Amino acid sequence: METLITILSGVLVTVATYLILSKSVMRVILGTAILSHAAHLLIMTMGGLKTGSVPILGEGDSNVDALPQALILTSIVISFAVTAVSLVLAYRIYKETKTDDLYELRGFKDE
Amino acid sequence: MNNILVLPMAIPVLAGIILIFFRPYIKLQRWISLCVMIVNAGIAIYLLNRIQAEGIVGLNFGGWEPPFGIVFVADSFSAILILTTSIVAAICLLYAFSTIGKDHENMFFYSFVNFLVAGVNGSFLTGDLFNLYVCFEVMLVASYVLLALGGKKVQLKESIKYVVINVISSWFFLVAIAYLYGMVGTLNMAHLSERIAESGQTPLLTTISIVFLTVFALKSGLLLYYWLPGSYSAPPTAVAALFGALLTKVGVYAMFRVFTLLFYHELSFTHTIIGVLAGLTLIGGSIGAVAYRDIRQIISYNVIIAIGFILVGLAIATPEAIEGSIYYLVHDMIVKALLFLLAGSMIMLTGTARIDYMSGLIRNYPLLGWMFFIVMLSLAGIPPLSGFIGKVLVGQGAVETGSYLLLALAFLSSIVVLYSLLRVFLNCFWGETIISEEDERPQKKGWLIPCAILTIATIGLGLGAESLAPYVSNAADTLLNPDKYIDAVLYD
Repeated sequence: METLITILSGVLVTVATYLILSKSVMRVILGTAILSHAAHLLIMTMGGLKTGSVPILGEGDSNVDALPQALILTSIVISFAVTAVSLVLAYRIYKETKTDDLYELRGFKDE
Repeated sequence: MNNILVLPMAIPVLAGIILIFFRPYIKLQRWISLCVMIVNAGIAIYLLNRIQAEGIVGLNFGGWEPPFGIVFVADSFSAILILTTSIVAAICLLYAFSTIGKDHENMFFYSFVNFLVAGVNGSFLTGDLFNLYVCFEVMLVASYVLLALGGKKVQLKESIKYVVINVISSWFFLVAIAYLYGMVGTLNMAHLSERIAESGQTPLLTTISIVFLTVFALKSGLLLYYWLPGSYSAPPTAVAALFGALLTKVGVYAMFRVFTLLFYHELSFTHTIIGVLAGLTLIGGSIGAVAYRDIRQIISYNVIIAIGFILVGLAIATPEAIEGSIYYLVHDMIVKALLFLLAGSMIMLTGTARIDYMSGLIRNYPLLGWMFFIVMLSLAGIPPLSGFIGKVLVGQGAVETGSYLLLALAFLSSIVVLYSLLRVFLNCFWGETIISEEDERPQKKGWLIPCAILTIATIGLGLGAESLAPYVSNAADTLLNPDKYIDAVLYD
């Protein structure tokens, strides 16, 4: 199971890298969102995917490590916040410059 | 156990939230945020004296004993940095009062400054690696907003670059945390330090430490600084000064913490890499500082040179060098804020950022000229001013360990700093004045007083280094003896 999840997060990193290297602002932002989810899967895997029960006293013998889940929960919230901020930013860039292309953003006359 | 530790982060967060509800009352917003910074400075001074008297202070949230809960830990190093942060933020706010303009103030400017300071203070205080990541993000999200606020084209362009760079470096941070947790099974820094010492820092752990180095190098602008000059020159002056003084320094702090507390067993490998990176940063920053004729670019590259210099101290890692780095860190936060404020004032007075189009400003604005002269001397490390003592101590450490190449680079970079700023001074302040008497805009008190306070601070820090000395040596002592930190956190 660990191997499968590791490969999955590797695939996500590949997809994210491809998206981040493209020149459309929207694709870059989607890429960063996918990138952070790859990291979340990685945290999950590194914490160990034991098939145990919930980490409550008196509920079975082998328990799942609760810490990686707490970390991921926090991290997902942060990644949502950052994605939201960057989406607003992309919208503002589109309103201001009428373009979604990062290459066209280079060098303005009023700099 | 001491609840006062949470205040430097809690007060700005609460103030920031409360200020959202007082949107129309700008005067009230100003005074509340200024009071927050002053109260924070008071708490930091109290903490410093308390740490001096009874050792490192820790707080276990919710009564969960470490390593199970989240902890806040304050040693002298963090308390000194919180004090400096509060002072610099208060002065940048004072400057913002008269320059930032209604548009910014109506769009929750003060709330976001408070959130930024909360993130910075939280990063200094936390004793848990994942919490460090969270505090970094609090600070970064606030900085994204502050950078884009105003919505000029150049700001938007720089912010998207800045956001993407920081998301990617945060991703590396998460990956490093994941691997470290997988390897040693804890994230509490004191506990981590103990576990790593037990295993003797295996090659895999050293590799993870290099991932951490990459993360903090991206955040602090150590060698990977290509994003920095653009994004620090785009926002309004008060925001740029806050960024220049605070943001990169948090990365530097994290690097000090991680490489003195956790990964200190393979000095010949990790610290050599830090030394090489610091040397390259000094060279690259120097080239940038001399190459540009835009005053904002010149001072942004000066930020990079300072990062290189501070990390030379970490690479050498003798008590003197670490002390020197701490002095220089404090000095740099104050002086960089001053430099950004002065440059911003010059741009506002003349309406241009190119040094070729400015001339003879000292006739119209003598005080501005003299303050620029003082900040230039201070950055170059002329004796009575604050840059001197840090440079001497780092130099002393370098001589002791025989790292003459780093010593040469560090001191050559000081000459480049002096040259780059002297060029600004000669071009902009000397010669025929370009502003005639009737065009002359009066200097507002609101611009001059913050700059004057910072100028006094840099002179005071140089002359009064004696009174800061016990705190700094205590901080260096704690950094070099991780056992003290571990004992205070785990076995108190």
